[in-house]
Amino acid sequence: MPCGLILFFQSGRPLGAGVRLGMGLRMNRTKGDEEEYWNSSKFKAFTFDDEDDELSQLKESKRAVNSLRDFVDDDDDDDLERVSWSGEPVGSISWSIKETAGNSGSSHEGREQLKSRNSFSSYAQLPKPTSTYSLSSFFRGRTRPGSFQSLSDALSDTPAKSYAPELGRPKGEYRDYSNDWSPSDTVRRLRKGKVCSLERFRSLQDKLQLLEEAVSMHDGNVITAVLIFLKRTLSKEILFRELEVRQVALRHLIHFLKEIGDQKLLLDLFRFLDRTEELALSHYREHLNIQDPDKRKEFLKTCIGLPFSAEDSAHIQDHYTLLERQIIIEANDRHLESAGQTEIFRKHPRKASILNMPLVTTLFYSCFYHYTEAEGTFSSPVNLKKTFKIPDKQYVLTALAARAKLRAWNDVDALFTTKNWLGYTKKRAPIGFHRVVEILHKNNAPVQILQEYVNLVEDVDTKLNLATKFKCHDVVIDTCRDLKDRQQLLAYRSKVDKGSAEEEKIDALLSSSQIRWKN
Amino acid sequence: MAFPHRPDAPELPDFSMLKRLARDQLIYLLEQLPGKKDLFIEADLMSPLDRIANVSILKQHEVDKLYKVENKPALSSSEQLCFLVRPRIKNMRYIASLVNADKLAGRTRKYKVIFSPQKFYACEMVLEEEGIYGDVSCDEWAFSLLPLDVDLLSMELPEFFRDYFLEGDQCWINTVVQALHLLSTLYGPFPNCYGIGRCAKMAYELWRNLEEEEDGETKGRRPEIGHIFLLDRDVDFVTALCSQVVYEGLVDDTFRIKCGKCHGPLLGTSHMAGLVFNEIRNEHFSNVFGFLSQKARNLQAQYDRRRGMDIKQMKNFVSQELKGLKQEHRLLSLHIGACESIMKKKTKQDFQELIKTEHALLEGFNIRESTSYIEEHIDRQVSPIESLRLMCLLSITENGDARCSLDTHYGPEHLLTFSNLRRAGLLTEQAPGDTLTAVESKVSKLVTDKAAGKITDAFSSLAKRSNFRAISKKLNLIPRVDGEYDLKVPRDMAYVFSGAYVPLSCRIIEQVLERRSWQGLDEVVRLLNCSDFAFTDMTKEDKASSESLRLILVVFLGGCTFSEISALRFLGREKGYRFIFLTTAVTNSARLMEAMSEVKA
Repeated sequence: MPCGLILFFQSGRPLGAGVRLGMGLRMNRTKGDEEEYWNSSKFKAFTFDDEDDELSQLKESKRAVNSLRDFVDDDDDDDLERVSWSGEPVGSISWSIKETAGNSGSSHEGREQLKSRNSFSSYAQLPKPTSTYSLSSFFRGRTRPGSFQSLSDALSDTPAKSYAPELGRPKGEYRDYSNDWSPSDTVRRLRKGKVCSLERFRSLQDKLQLLEEAVSMHDGNVITAVLIFLKRTLSKEILFRELEVRQVALRHLIHFLKEIGDQKLLLDLFRFLDRTEELALSHYREHLNIQDPDKRKEFLKTCIGLPFSAEDSAHIQDHYTLLERQIIIEANDRHLESAGQTEIFRKHPRKASILNMPLVTTLFYSCFYHYTEAEGTFSSPVNLKKTFKIPDKQYVLTALAARAKLRAWNDVDALFTTKNWLGYTKKRAPIGFHRVVEILHKNNAPVQILQEYVNLVEDVDTKLNLATKFKCHDVVIDTCRDLKDRQQLLAYRSKVDKGSAEEEKIDALLSSSQIRWKN
Repeated sequence: MAFPHRPDAPELPDFSMLKRLARDQLIYLLEQLPGKKDLFIEADLMSPLDRIANVSILKQHEVDKLYKVENKPALSSSEQLCFLVRPRIKNMRYIASLVNADKLAGRTRKYKVIFSPQKFYACEMVLEEEGIYGDVSCDEWAFSLLPLDVDLLSMELPEFFRDYFLEGDQCWINTVVQALHLLSTLYGPFPNCYGIGRCAKMAYELWRNLEEEEDGETKGRRPEIGHIFLLDRDVDFVTALCSQVVYEGLVDDTFRIKCGKCHGPLLGTSHMAGLVFNEIRNEHFSNVFGFLSQKARNLQAQYDRRRGMDIKQMKNFVSQELKGLKQEHRLLSLHIGACESIMKKKTKQDFQELIKTEHALLEGFNIRESTSYIEEHIDRQVSPIESLRLMCLLSITENGDARCSLDTHYGPEHLLTFSNLRRAGLLTEQAPGDTLTAVESKVSKLVTDKAAGKITDAFSSLAKRSNFRAISKKLNLIPRVDGEYDLKVPRDMAYVFSGAYVPLSCRIIEQVLERRSWQGLDEVVRLLNCSDFAFTDMTKEDKASSESLRLILVVFLGGCTFSEISALRFLGREKGYRFIFLTTAVTNSARLMEAMSEVKA
């Protein structure tokens, strides 16, 4: 195993190496320890990206296994599980349902086909189920003596009586309309799933006693059953008043109302309880169910001014403003796109509507399609930045990603260029140039561009790592030269193509007498 | 590499019986609707059902076509419709819409609803309101324990987490109790019971009630499992929020294991079982490459042997060994593929920095760096779920409200998610007036430093004692290690997090089992805010064999992670115990976060 890999994973806390290796670092080591370790170590830190070197073991295993494939794949492995394209084993229930679904809605003919395909006969070739005996015979003929056999066989020394009767008669069959169950008997019967009339609990006192019994038994299903009864037979003021002092039951009622979607009663309840923030959130939540953008916008307007926390209030306002913007942008851009006169939309048709997207996605969209627009327009990135007070870092990250995707390298350049008071230009990035490089690489920036930004990375180690990772040969070579690190340069020589300009450059440096190598 | 159990480790009970019971009961229920019928299955029940039955079994019991329950009109032309669903309101509405559409069209069919694992009164209420009560017959399929492994039983109820820990709905407690009751019916009573958490205590009380009512059923049976330990997920959120690095956990985090099967692009539905997997799943990921390459070499050598064979030997080879080798070959290539894919994904995610940050949070070091890392993580829009997870981890470990501008980045709905996270206690808020600890004063210093950014602003109101830090100290969760932590030869449960952290949940279980009580753990229990919810109940059970006393059933209410399972398996090997896991669902950090998000109704 390559040492780097071992080091990376193997130890939660190798001496001091943790900080670089990441996996289980030891923060309280002194810096001295660490550097000593690093200087004396022949190991290099494992980076997850360095697949060439570090994953060689995995690759090698893969090769070994693949080399056996010819011999193995002779297709007679009928005892192995067959897996369909979707990954479900053929014949499994999930697979079968997908088959049904995939064909439903097709023509009548198709359905007929489907019918025959899904019929029993087509499954005849499937592996036999492991247990084919039917217990149903047992249940149907409970009185026949031999039929217990199969069950007791199956359960060895377990007394069959403990669950067989329950199986034999579904709980619904137990009916008992007796009217004189006490509250505690009643909730006990409810827990067992038996039908049990609650109508005789008519006085408030009886109702509350019933509720208290249910709560003290802890079964939520029973608590809800009693609450359904109370909700039906008590005025909401009385119900709310009594629940206010019974928190467990109250939570059940709230959840129940949410589940059945009785929003009106839920809001009434929150109002009664004076839970203003929950009331506001609960009202706001409803927007999720409104599809139409204009209606949603109007609804959001009604949320502004509800008693949210100060911070949430700002978000609600932003949410409204954002959707308002999106509706305008969407209408405008859809028009532009269908008119076919605008180059950017012709070259890069929109993949989806911008409606209801998060702010950052909207910013990306606007950096992509509306980058050069004046600040006055609703769709300009600068306008979005101002309106929603987007932090500089976030703005730069997003703009960079958008412009790099369009390969607009001049825009990228401009994004990081600042002029000082003397008129000199300087490159600055609020997010650190190592991040810039990563984003550029992700967008397949050409080496010349990458190189330029790798060179701007301040930390030499990071710079060298990135340059190696992204094959910016010149940067690596120049940095080694500047560091006077002959060994590293020598090692790098093996990574560049034979006979390439880079190799020549390295050779020239290595044979140069001008440089005083440190090693 | 794979650690053998101690020779005196007890045998596990055979849980395959549970599958058979469930299958037989389902068949019985299907036959309650004689004749051809179409079966509508809820999506969440499909994978569990696949584990215990297959299409041909259903066909044998006259199921004609299978449909998924989804919000679409049904195209079924069958005269009988059977619905296999979880007891949910929206399922009832769906069924009602089908039945009412039929009624409008003047069509009569038979309908049957099978609720799994049980029926809720709220569902019946909806059937009644929709005017179809009586038109459909209802049954219950009490299938609540799916053996995913020899030592792992899952209730497959991920919704337990949200329903109980967010909404405070106790509807699943009885389901848990029924499952425990079934276990005690099949495997004898549990002489020693322990538990921590409000839900654990309620479940225990309801269970005791039930056992008293059904008096006598388990009496006189020899206990097979000596201890039961119930634990609420909210006793330890931290462990569940961490990135997993044991193989099975990592696979789950990366591809999502559903119902014991992996749904990753590479693994297909490959069984996670099989020799290869059994040997590596509890291993730290760093050991996996080496293991796989060793296996690959062995396999190659096995195949190479055929070169020098004569015809007879060849025949033997083909008839006896080839099948096994092929199987192994298939599994091996799956796992190599999985590792490749994991490495690729983790590289993209900057995994090492992520882990570094998590460990710093666990240890309580370099809060500022961690904070700015998380902020950058958000800015880079890596993944909303990941960002949420890190914020929760920061918030719980540091006990501050680490809210920041996620709304801007991931859509305004996160307002609702935040509110949910707070209510569930995944984002903590501070109570005023508490004294400052060392950690907190460090954090408050950061607050004055504008450069630390937005998240730290949220710390300005930080005042509450950091309970996690105190608990961690008390229970020694951050092992003091000099030198290297050799992950090949783990020395404690911390190996599941690269030696940096012993899972809190597992440590609690270890400590209580050691003492056979909560004695001496009062302070920890108090810090966990569980003073009223930690309990022990021992019966003087002479019949319990010494073997059964080393079998422990751990019940995770709200889900457990593969890392916790691995850690306890390790503990078991060390102490000569064996653990059996019963969980409402196997979970991980992403599932916890997703359970807290708000979607349209």
